[in-house]
Amino acid sequence: MKFKLTTALVACGLAMSTTAALADCGIEGGSVRILSNDFEALHVIADAAKTCANDSVEVTSNATTEHKNIQVPALTTNPASYTVPIVATNSIVPLLNEDLIRPLDAYVEKWGQQLLPQQLIKVDGKVMAIAFMANAQHLFYRKDILEEHGIAVPGTYAELIEASKMLKDKGVMEYPLAANFKPGWNLAAEFVNAYLGTGGDFFKAGSAELDIDNANGMKTLETLKAMTNYMSPDYVTYDTNGVKPIWEANELAFVTSWGSRASAYIGDDSPAPEIAKATALAAMPALMDGGVPSAALWWDGFTIAKNISDEDAEASFRAMMKGISPQVIAENQELAVWLVDGYAPTPAADGVVANLQGKARPYPMVPYMGLLHTALGDNVIEYLQGSESAEQALDDITAAYNTAAKEAGFLN
Amino acid sequence: MTHKEFMAFIWPSLLAMALFIAVPIISVAYQSMFVEHEQIMIETETCGPFGCTPEVAVDQDAMRKVREDSPAGRFNGLDTYTNSSHLATDEITEIVATSENFGEIRDRIMNLPFYKALIFTLSYTFIVTPLVIVFGFIIAVVVNSIPSFLKGPVIFFSLLPMIVTPLVGSLVLFWMIDSRGVVGAFLQYLFADPSLSLKASPTLTWVTLFVYGVWHSAPFAFVVFYAGLQTVPSDTLESSMVDGANRWEQIRFVVMPYLLPLATFVALMQLMDNFRIFEPIIGFSASASATSLSYLIYTDLREAETPLFGSAAATSMLTIIGVIILLLPVLFRNAREFNRKA
Repeated sequence: MKFKLTTALVACGLAMSTTAALADCGIEGGSVRILSNDFEALHVIADAAKTCANDSVEVTSNATTEHKNIQVPALTTNPASYTVPIVATNSIVPLLNEDLIRPLDAYVEKWGQQLLPQQLIKVDGKVMAIAFMANAQHLFYRKDILEEHGIAVPGTYAELIEASKMLKDKGVMEYPLAANFKPGWNLAAEFVNAYLGTGGDFFKAGSAELDIDNANGMKTLETLKAMTNYMSPDYVTYDTNGVKPIWEANELAFVTSWGSRASAYIGDDSPAPEIAKATALAAMPALMDGGVPSAALWWDGFTIAKNISDEDAEASFRAMMKGISPQVIAENQELAVWLVDGYAPTPAADGVVANLQGKARPYPMVPYMGLLHTALGDNVIEYLQGSESAEQALDDITAAYNTAAKEAGFLN
Repeated sequence: MTHKEFMAFIWPSLLAMALFIAVPIISVAYQSMFVEHEQIMIETETCGPFGCTPEVAVDQDAMRKVREDSPAGRFNGLDTYTNSSHLATDEITEIVATSENFGEIRDRIMNLPFYKALIFTLSYTFIVTPLVIVFGFIIAVVVNSIPSFLKGPVIFFSLLPMIVTPLVGSLVLFWMIDSRGVVGAFLQYLFADPSLSLKASPTLTWVTLFVYGVWHSAPFAFVVFYAGLQTVPSDTLESSMVDGANRWEQIRFVVMPYLLPLATFVALMQLMDNFRIFEPIIGFSASASATSLSYLIYTDLREAETPLFGSAAATSMLTIIGVIILLLPVLFRNAREFNRKA
């Protein structure tokens, strides 16, 4: 609570000082309505954008974990209920598919001098979104335990499994490893991470035809299964929030989890300060020897709705420029891995930065990736629990994906 | 009452039923016969913070015209019902043709998503419903015989499981059965098995869900039976006592026959409710071992970025058909009794 309060105060103080300097962001009029996910880094941006409000400019925001489910209906109306949907690599796809967001090239040229080239998300040559932060899963490890037992930081899954085995055999921990293996979205994300590490692609080039029923798919499944040998049987219920208390209870030596959770793991306000101090971050292990970190890279960014007046669109873009201005980010370095100019990584960013440096691959932004993600989420667990073979699991994934892709019109 | 008067009284209800029940069901049935238009794709390059990759994207200009021409989508007839995510007719034909024995046929069919969900849904319905009736009746008889000054508090506590929202109730129990929770730790101690986990084993997850279902619904049956017990005619009871019936015989030969219509009512309600089991699967994070028809609808609408409305609509219609099939025997029985009395 105290931490949140000081962050808010810093943001407010900063906002006030820059407001005076920029005189209400220079927007003449319009309405800015932000729809976003609900976490601290996005609150800071929305709060900064709100400082652009004055008598003729209205700025509101709705931060909700339901954002993904309401964005399409909310933007389909004319005028749209929100002018600025804040999206991620996956949630921009339905907006693109349904043609609900506008190209931003003209705005970038006119008002986007502060942006770095890497922030521009271009689809078919047109800027469709402005990215401001990166996220990825990576390895969290207990450096005190590793030092005590002379274990090097695992760089590959094989080393991770080897180290877990050693800790288990020595009786240090019964289940030294944990990951977000809950069936559904979480388990699918783990499959995607590992599969990207094989270097293979999910689809045949230029088509919606699935291409995972091969050696890469087998290797991915086998690796995930090998991990479960060192995880508590309760892993079938583990998601991001479920793993953290077990880490803090001193029962784990390795966790793979999201970079956006890193500051909570290592922060001074952790409920287990000793363990927070002993927690260190590294890149996601590679699946192949000498391979890239097997983690999908994600970005978070904002888009501007299509079904709104040009005045509102301009006001929205300029308010968001204020929201992600280098000054705002400079005051909130620890909240995320920012892609904004002038960002200096904090210790909480170590894992994601290591992934970036290791050339990890981005989460695929194709229109049918969401359908595959769902098919993976439903059909991997039976293999992990030993009730069916890897071949059967890959067949089931393919069948579920093909059915869904046919219904969505991507396959014949 | 004349037909005219009858209509005057009934038309507001009929209108509400048509608007809020019939129209939505018809619209879902209509939706279930359509799928998305074939997407017209173009090859593009997508650039972002992590570099450029060749990707494909939906051709918006081309799609806009197609969507305007037929906004409901592409007519698909009953194909969504028979595809591999639903009734899987082609898959079953193939399984029957290529399997060697009945066990293999059964295992392979149970691996299809719809049948996997259906088998859990039916197991839940047919195990929980009778148990709810039995436990509800026992609680009602017990509460009815305790001293009156205790009745108020006891009734209140008996009703608590039903008052708690299903999702909240299942979350509370979920944390209690965690191996660090009070129930989970006690079970480990009781069976001296530190690896015992109610969350991990498919069988134990099913048992947990059944126990939860009985815990949650027994108060409903209890309330109904308790109300019924207040109206058991005392002269019949007294004459049975004069005839020398003991307490069990009074319950067996006087109370039970008298409460039978109520049991039919409870069975009807419970069959319908249990067939739609959903919240506990979310609350207990049980989807690894147990999925239900309602859970399939949920994943179609919520898991993917693009909801599969046609698929969800087809599963909804199959659920409605399932409920009708389940209720038919009970309804037939009721109608027969009604005719006999008339």
